Amino acid sequence: MTAPDGPAPSSGRGATPSSGRGAAPDPEPPSTAHGAAPAPAAPWTPWTRRRRSAARFWRRYRAHRAGLCGLAVLLVIALVALAAPLLVGDGARSVTDAPGTALEEPSGRFPLGTDQFGRPVLGLLVWGARVSLTVGLLAAALSVAIGTLIGVAAGHFGGWFATVVMRITDWFLVMPTLVLAIVLATVLSRSVWTVILAIGVTVWPTTARLVRAQTIAVESRPYIERARALGGGHLHVMRRHVLPNVLPLVLSQTTLCVSSAILTEATLAFLGLGDPTVVSWGGMLQDAREAGAVSSGHWWYLAPPGIAVAVVALAFTLCGRALESVLNPRLGVGR
Amino acid sequence: MTTTNPSVARAHEDGRRGGGRRGGRRPGDRSSSVPPYPRAPAYLTYLAGKLSGAVVSLLAVLVTGFFLFRIVPGDPVAAMTRGMPTSAEQLATLRRQFGLDLPVWRQFTDYCGRALTGDLGTSYQFRQPVGELIAQRLPATLLLTGVAVVLYSALGLWLGTRSAWRHGGLGDRLNTGLALTLWSVPSFWLGLLLIIVFSVGVGPVPGLFPTGGMSSGTTTGPAQVLDVAHHMVLPVLTLVAVGYAQTLLVTRASLLDEMGGDYLVTARAKGLRDDLVRRRHAVPNALLPTVTMVFINLGHVAAGSILVETVFSWPGLGGLFYQALSVPDLPLVQGLFMVFAGAMIVMNLLADLAYPLLDPRVGR
Repeated sequence: MTAPDGPAPSSGRGATPSSGRGAAPDPEPPSTAHGAAPAPAAPWTPWTRRRRSAARFWRRYRAHRAGLCGLAVLLVIALVALAAPLLVGDGARSVTDAPGTALEEPSGRFPLGTDQFGRPVLGLLVWGARVSLTVGLLAAALSVAIGTLIGVAAGHFGGWFATVVMRITDWFLVMPTLVLAIVLATVLSRSVWTVILAIGVTVWPTTARLVRAQTIAVESRPYIERARALGGGHLHVMRRHVLPNVLPLVLSQTTLCVSSAILTEATLAFLGLGDPTVVSWGGMLQDAREAGAVSSGHWWYLAPPGIAVAVVALAFTLCGRALESVLNPRLGVGR
Repeated sequence: MTTTNPSVARAHEDGRRGGGRRGGRRPGDRSSSVPPYPRAPAYLTYLAGKLSGAVVSLLAVLVTGFFLFRIVPGDPVAAMTRGMPTSAEQLATLRRQFGLDLPVWRQFTDYCGRALTGDLGTSYQFRQPVGELIAQRLPATLLLTGVAVVLYSALGLWLGTRSAWRHGGLGDRLNTGLALTLWSVPSFWLGLLLIIVFSVGVGPVPGLFPTGGMSSGTTTGPAQVLDVAHHMVLPVLTLVAVGYAQTLLVTRASLLDEMGGDYLVTARAKGLRDDLVRRRHAVPNALLPTVTMVFINLGHVAAGSILVETVFSWPGLGGLFYQALSVPDLPLVQGLFMVFAGAMIVMNLLADLAYPLLDPRVGR
């Protein structure tokens, strides 16, 4: 949104949220609703508007208590994951130079006991947060990027291109996601990047469908016609007009995707398809199972990684639902 | 919650375009002024479209099944004979036996021809036809996941309806919160915990249920049925706990969408009791997305329990898939992949075919 265009792209937002899927239907200051030259006393830059809409967004988000809880939990876990080297040190994940003896019960020294190599479970948990968050975020970002690209292109161009692309999307949509991810992780080499790729390329179709529907809704609005009449090309319309209107939806979709990506990552690691040299929560569960933690009742080894996965996945889901109900009030998830 | 079916998304889009609310007519209503539905030609066109789509999808699965497993690095024969002293001639024989010495296009045509006649190749690991292996393991999976899908669909429908009807209340918040929490739990982990608590036993509590398997193998007749049911309790519990949230949320959202409908005001105005308004008027109109969910979940019957079957050593397809992965036994993985994907496609097709019967606006 550069100077010559001024506030035009957002004028549609202020006008009629007819299709319901649009961004928050707030009445904007009159100066933006008409795309007229910004004349008033205070200098009106695009940033003023952005700041205001960010403030408005935060005000609405704050009203969702569950969403706030989720956000707080995520911030804490992200900080812990970032500070892992400071908090527990590298020794916690070394197999050869482990601080404790095998499978100790929880004690003052090791609050959650140790694993079969004598490593403290708490330390592993902190290190595992890094992998889970990285894989979850990157895989969700990858899938949403693919989905957005395909959805916007299909919605914008229409015709046979859209027919073919949406056929492919539908086909991916009916594939059992987990099976496809497992198969990909099996045939490719074992690494964190394989897991990210396997999750990313299997879960994009939902996003593509949502984004396409939203693109079609946006493109039916008059300001797109105006932009075309003024000589805006395909790329211009997609980048400057469609994308900003689709992004809120994409944001909430990404957040929801992260939680399923984290669950899938844990699943793949549990099946032994993750990177064996990296400590992850799913991998810890696999280790615990192989060490016989189930039959010997070593709950302190088995319970924490699962709780960690559940807490992070739940936090992302809560954030995503709060975002969704702020950005698409009509969807009614938060009601 | 992400909707995993194109048809749900499509149904939602249709609803929006059609001006939001559905009319007050219930799906099962056939008054004389309404033309008989579905109108035959329109339905036939719709049917043909869906059928051809499904056939194309199945063919695509077939092609993917072939090429996905040709990008695998390494020589399958070498992987198979790892740890066994084998001569060069033996390797060559094996390679010929599995058809790996032919050019790729010949392998592909052979594979298509065989797959179309139902021959999915021979397992490296079991030295047995893949189709036979799958047929042996299929009943166990159908039993386990079939029971679980029926239970969690019913539970999700019931709780979702209650939740939506009194939305915003304490019951609704507890309900949704619990469902979301259980949905975030990895199913295999929940299974392992249940084994610790109920099979191994914690403290004074003895193990109440078997740790795994399908039966003790010593009983016959009615006692055997009870024995299998006893073995099924924990795996079914795991599947239901993790699975019901999706049905609940879909039902809740779609019922909430219906709740502002004028026809509900009419129904109340003519003096119907609250639960009649809900049961006879609101719920049938909100049922479409839920029905889709049920079909999707039935499509997952094959694939959905890979982890739970692995954890509980249930002798079904999921456990077989895990065994095949650890080798990796490519023909078996490939065959199972096609069975899993095929089940999804067929169930989606059935869902698509059921829509016009449930909602006359679809398929016109």
